[in-house]
Formats: sequence, C-alpha cells, structure tokens
Amino acid sequence: MTNHPLRIGFIPLVDAAALIVAVDRGFIKAEGLDVELVREVSWSNVRDKLNIGLFEAAHLLAPVAIASSLGLGHVKVPIVAPFNLGINGNAITVSPALHSALMSELEGAPTDPMATAQALRRVVLARARAGADPLTFGMTFPFSTHNYQLRFWMAAGGVDPDEDVRLVVLPPPYMVDSLANGHVDAFCVGAPWNSVAVDQGIGHILHFTSDILRGGAEKVLGIRQSWAERQPDIVAALTRAHIEAAAFIEAVENRDEVTAILAKPDRIDVSPEVLQRTLDGKLKISPDGTWRESGRYLLVGREGAGRPDPAQAAWLYAQMVRWGQTVISPEALKTAKAVFRPDLYDAAVGATVEISSGPADAVGAFAGPAFDPDNIEAHLAAFEIAHLKG
Amino acid sequence: MSEKSPKIVIVDESPIRAAILEEGLRDAGYGDVHHISEMHNLLSRVYQFDPDVIVIDLENPSRDVLEQMFQVSRAVRRPVAMFVDQSDAEAARASVEAGVSSYIVDGLKKERIKPILDLCISRFNAFSKLQDELERTKSALEERKIIDRAKGIVMKLKGLTEDEAYVLLRSTAMREKKKIGEIAQSIITAAELLK
Repeated sequence: MTNHPLRIGFIPLVDAAALIVAVDRGFIKAEGLDVELVREVSWSNVRDKLNIGLFEAAHLLAPVAIASSLGLGHVKVPIVAPFNLGINGNAITVSPALHSALMSELEGAPTDPMATAQALRRVVLARARAGADPLTFGMTFPFSTHNYQLRFWMAAGGVDPDEDVRLVVLPPPYMVDSLANGHVDAFCVGAPWNSVAVDQGIGHILHFTSDILRGGAEKVLGIRQSWAERQPDIVAALTRAHIEAAAFIEAVENRDEVTAILAKPDRIDVSPEVLQRTLDGKLKISPDGTWRESGRYLLVGREGAGRPDPAQAAWLYAQMVRWGQTVISPEALKTAKAVFRPDLYDAAVGATVEISSGPADAVGAFAGPAFDPDNIEAHLAAFEIAHLKG
Repeated sequence: MSEKSPKIVIVDESPIRAAILEEGLRDAGYGDVHHISEMHNLLSRVYQFDPDVIVIDLENPSRDVLEQMFQVSRAVRRPVAMFVDQSDAEAARASVEAGVSSYIVDGLKKERIKPILDLCISRFNAFSKLQDELERTKSALEERKIIDRAKGIVMKLKGLTEDEAYVLLRSTAMREKKKIGEIAQSIITAAELLK
C-alpha cells in the first residue's frame, strides 16, 4: 500500500502495549502492513514528528491529540484517533514523608480520593502556616491526563493546583530520581514508573488514577487527519491490528509472551515482572510489601476500551478550559470530540460496536456532577476551584 | 548588528555539540550565548538567564519541561512562543531532522531569529556528520586490528610473509564476494575453534 514502512512513534510506557504487540507479534504484518516503531524521548518530539510527517502515526497522550487539533500550545495540526490505546493506567506516588503526613491527617479510607485530597489540604495549610515551601507535584506534560487527574483530585479537596502547590513537568524517566532526591514530593505518571519508585523504597502509591476517574482515556493511536483521509484502507488495517493485539494482551494465558515482547531493550525496557504487575492490575503500593489489586488499573481493549469515545475527548477539553489552557467555545468542543473517531473503529471492524460497560457518563469521576459532554459550561460551574481564561 | 544581540540559551547535555554551536553563534556575531548542561530545575535555570531564544536538542527528554513555559502559571515571567508557526513547515522539518528545536520569546521578530535557527541546523548537522565520521573511523580501526590478527594466523600456519598473507586474504575476499574484514573475522573464529 505504501512503498516504505509506516513509521510510528512511541514513548516507552506500558500503555503503548497494543501498538508494540501489534507490530512485534505480527498482527500488523497479517494486515499486509509494514511498520517501523520509533522510540522517542519526549511527547514534544512525538507530536512534532507526527505533525510534520516524519511519523505516519503515534502513541499519543489523548490531550495532546486534542491540543494539536485545536492549535493549543503549538502548531494546529488536526489529528484523528481511530483506536484508544488505554483506559486508566496512571498512579499518584508520594514520598514517604508526604505519605506519613497524609496518613496522619487522613479521615477515611486511604483509597478514597476525597479523603486523601482533604488530608492533602490539611497538610498544605499546615506547611503554609509553618512557612515551609509549597509541595511540588511532578506530571508529564501540560496537555496530559496526569496533569488533569492530579488537578481534579486535589481541587476536590480544596487545594488550588495553581496557588497552593507547584505542578511541574518532568520526563517520566526522571520522575523516580526526582522523588528520591526531594525535587518533587509526589508525581502522577503511567506504568512502570510508579512501581519502580515503590521497588526502590522511595515512594508509596497513594492512588491508582482509576480511583479518580473510573474510566479515563489515556493514550490514543494518533494519525494526521489529512493522511488518514487519503489512506482509509491503511487506517482500517492499522486499527484492526490494534484491536487484535489488544485482545491478545488482555488474554491472561498470553501474559508471559506479551511481557517478554514489551520488556525488550528497544521497547519498554523494564523487567517482565513489573510489566506483569501492571497488566494484572496487581501492584505493590508500599515499600513494606503491601499490595493492591484493581480490575480497573489499566484497560487495554477489554470492556470496549479500544473504541474511542468522543465523551472522553469532551472531558479532556473541559479540563483544558477549567485550568485556563484555552477559552470555552462550542466550535472547539466539537473539534475536540471529532478527534476521537468511533466511526473509524467501526469501519475497521465492519460493524457498529455497541459498548455498554463502563461508567454511564464515560469518565465516572469521584467528585462533581455526572459529566455532560454537551454542556461543559454548566458542568464546570459546579466546581469551586477553576481558573477559567479571560 | 545594530540591535542588541539576542540572548541565546543552549540546553544540551553534550558539551561538545554545545561548544560547536556556541562557537558558531559567536562567530556569526551573537555574543550573548549561554549553555545549560544540568537538567535538574531546568525551568528556573532558564528563567535565571531570561533568554530571548532557547535552543534544545531533540534527544533531550527535558524538552517537555520547556513546553511548560507556554502555560499560564505564576512561575512564568513572560510568555514564550514556539518559533515555527503554520507557515514554517519546511523550517520545522529541517530543524527536527537536524535534531534541534528552538523557542523564542513572544514578540521577537522572525527575521532576526531565522539566521540563528539556520545556524543551529547547520551546526547540528555538522555535529552529526562528525559523529558518523568518528564512528566510521572507529570501525575502520577495529577492522584493521582484526585483519592484522588474521594475517598473523595465516603467516604462522602457512609460513607466509606479511605481504603474502594479505594478498591471500584479499583474493579470498574477492573470490567470495565478501569484505576482507569478514574473511579476517572468520579466520580468527576458526583459529579459536581449532585451538
């Protein structure tokens, strides 16, 4: 179909699994495609190389696909997502010092995000009274699920993410070191980095982000809209290969093979054992060996996770508005929703796929009213802390 | 230059590449050039210099940290914008292919920045070439060592002079349509097997 291999960029994170397995386990080849995977070091690189055509497709932070389509923070290049690479999969990890401060202020269950957010508020107030530096939280990118999940969580407990704490961007491979040497007090990042911090004894996983959103679109397979329109057959074939790879990953009997593929040095480059924990949703959350299991930690394809849901895009756009990254506009909301393309997914399968599982309002946030993708203004009005632009 | 030279900050963990770039910029008359090699607390380091232009290599994961400069935040003293806009697709491509990205302070005239970016691209390309050459030299040296060892083995086993041994290696390589280095390597492997 093309005379050179398709180049697809990715960041070494577990939620690139469907892409990596699609290529390395032969699902792509079975569709008659030739793909060269290119490992990248920053989301900026992935975005730029996709935008200017050095990549045909990319493992992309869902909000980056939306920001790029809206021209936020960078050049406007419309992106479409025919496949959702993962739902959930992030975690909030805190330093041992912050963990014990939070636990001593906690009124409620440690897995209840409202209880921990309120505890955070008390810790933040006590630090301010004592004249201590504000707490610093690391996240991966301004337009990232990590940024929005952290903000959503702490704001629900009365902590203003722009006033009461510092939020800083850190490349995922630097997260663990930064926590160890005290440059940050906590971070929100995807797998495997939370587990790496716990294994090194320098961090406690406070929350799976599935505590905050029952279902949050995380990474997508992003393709330039102009290219996708010219190559519908390739897009369909790519999507099918991803759907098959995701099903292969979710089948527990394939776990050893999948983790061996993902663990390779030119792929995710971490031990198969850590990958296993992530895919099993069974994570060591504390250096003392406490484990926690969740059926919603990371969804790669199961429960219809692969089919893009425009309501998810609307939620992410709403966060951009809530935190002043853009001004609200009906056109922009429409553009954002149109990034997530269930129709392309359905075209690849050859049928309209009905997804009935998952939260009724798509995201299932722990605080605030049910999300209404058609009325973001009213939805956002329900939140006390916000920094609307203009 | 009639206007004050813009302040340029180079963010690069490779001291050699940064030096090559810095030299190029100075030669072109840009006197106000600074280099950041330490990535910890990168944003505050950048703000300390308060630069007009920031240049960063694409191998650097900290590029994402710089993206935070575009965000409205109390940490930012003045807005910074990406050099490339929609009309600069070609410049953007050349830049990414060379492995460099640049950011400028909002309001700085594009024609003042263009020569800086062009210079960065050509210096980055020159550095890559240099690195390739170094790699090639290294492997050529490796190959010579292997050929010398193989020659020694052939000389000893067949009682040949050095020249004769080399001729034998070369003619074998030609006959087998292989590189002389490959023939040499198989001789060494065989000799080790038969030891």
